[in-house]
Amino acid sequence: MEELILQAENVSYAYEEEAAPALRDVSLGIRAGEMTAVLGHNGSGKSTLAKLLNGLYAPTAGKVTVCGMDTALDEYTWQIRQAAGLVFQNPDNQLVASIVRDDVAFGLENTGVPSEKMPAIIEKALRAVGMLEFIDRAPHTLSGGQKQRIAIAGILAMRPRALILDEATAMLDPKGRQEVFSVVERLNREKGITVVWITHFMEEAARCRRVIVMDQGKCVMDGTPREVFSQAEKLRSLRLDVPPMVALGDLLRARGLNISRDAMDVESMAGEVLKCQ
Amino acid sequence: MLKDITLGQYYPVESFVHSLDPRAKIVLTIVFMVAVFLGSSLFAAIPIVLFILLTARLANLPIKMLLKGIKPLRIILIFTFVLNLFFTAGDTILVEWWKIRITREGLMSAVRFSLRLVFLVTGASVLTLTTQPVALTDGLERLLSPLAKIGFPAHELAMMMSIALRFIPTLLEEADKIMKAQMARGADFESGNLIQRAKAMVPLLVPLFVSAFRRAGDLAMAMEARCYHGGRGRTRLRILKLGKNDLLAALGTCALVAAVILIG
Repeated sequence: MEELILQAENVSYAYEEEAAPALRDVSLGIRAGEMTAVLGHNGSGKSTLAKLLNGLYAPTAGKVTVCGMDTALDEYTWQIRQAAGLVFQNPDNQLVASIVRDDVAFGLENTGVPSEKMPAIIEKALRAVGMLEFIDRAPHTLSGGQKQRIAIAGILAMRPRALILDEATAMLDPKGRQEVFSVVERLNREKGITVVWITHFMEEAARCRRVIVMDQGKCVMDGTPREVFSQAEKLRSLRLDVPPMVALGDLLRARGLNISRDAMDVESMAGEVLKCQ
Repeated sequence: MLKDITLGQYYPVESFVHSLDPRAKIVLTIVFMVAVFLGSSLFAAIPIVLFILLTARLANLPIKMLLKGIKPLRIILIFTFVLNLFFTAGDTILVEWWKIRITREGLMSAVRFSLRLVFLVTGASVLTLTTQPVALTDGLERLLSPLAKIGFPAHELAMMMSIALRFIPTLLEEADKIMKAQMARGADFESGNLIQRAKAMVPLLVPLFVSAFRRAGDLAMAMEARCYHGGRGRTRLRILKLGKNDLLAALGTCALVAAVILIG
């Protein structure tokens, strides 16, 4: 059996006792090295899920474990947050220091890494996100995509097993979105970091290996992008859309063209279309 | 337009003064300020001026940068000078006309107090011009850390300062954005008397505050997600070490104090 890095068992969570729960009876397991997208429209509970998966919130009912550690137990809190790093939506509101170098060091300082070991770790983390040359810059002089990459470097420096990104590209322009997604994809591929990519962009979800769809605090679909996006009707009933290339593929197949269902981005679609000639 | 405001006026060059330990610089600046108050005769200003010129030289700072620091002070300077000039009691009358009387003592104290003000501001400018804000908060935290034993929140204070430094440009940018958005809807920030202009700021300040609180909430969450749990058990990226240069600077400053005391 493959190791489950993040696991939720029958988890429910309510922000206030009286309020309607944001998550209801969610069970899921994220395997080591997986890149999973979590989809859902606003209020589907996907951000709440992110905060439960690294122990910022403790479940109202059920159990969340990170690398086997129960998030409800205080003794593991810092190990859990180190193991499952969380990147947030707003690039401006998660950088702490006024110099990139110091910001990446923040997590290291908090976890008590000796000072003399920090510079090497910081440089490695910044190189991994392609931002080493910005080490002495002030965050406010960087673009949104660059700021998010710094935020990712700050998490990477803590050597997490898993990276949870809570709509990390939602506030970025297309270029920044592409930048950040590619960096995360590469980290997953080359360093084997488990990724949970929370998003509402279908194109991004199509590029992950597994897609989980959330609605009204529940996990309603779970499978490969192909399995999930082939159910266009169900997705629409959840107020979600299929990725444009998947919709195009459906249309072309309806017209009798032999297009593979795996063609979910522009490039592979172009290849498929050319094959039809 | 708000973006043009520069805060933390760090002057990025390499120099002897830049390389000093921030703790040493903070302490020596305070010693310098004490020295400014020690001398009561006008001659005591001579070593102080020499010291400032020497420091500026060693810091690779153009004198223009220092003078720029004094400029915003000019109204207070004139005020101090005039008040001291006319309202100091004295015997040696230099000029007397109707009810106005300028005495020798008045003139002396007017010059003395104005000079002191200029010296104080220059000393502080040298500190901020040659020390990065990050280093300054680091130094301050460590200088205050002995007080943490009696419950003084040294780490928290330094953390607050560094977060403030981080967010000043972000909030300025946001203020600019809100201002433009309100102007696009017909808000007028520039005309009217003082009260009207103050009132016009309300639609700027309310959204700015709301957003600042939201940012604070987000940031707290992000800090916790990165294992922040206060100052205990925290290591630091920057290692502060006192070196030979700091000793030299200390000796120089002591020489200044001695010179000022000798002159009296």
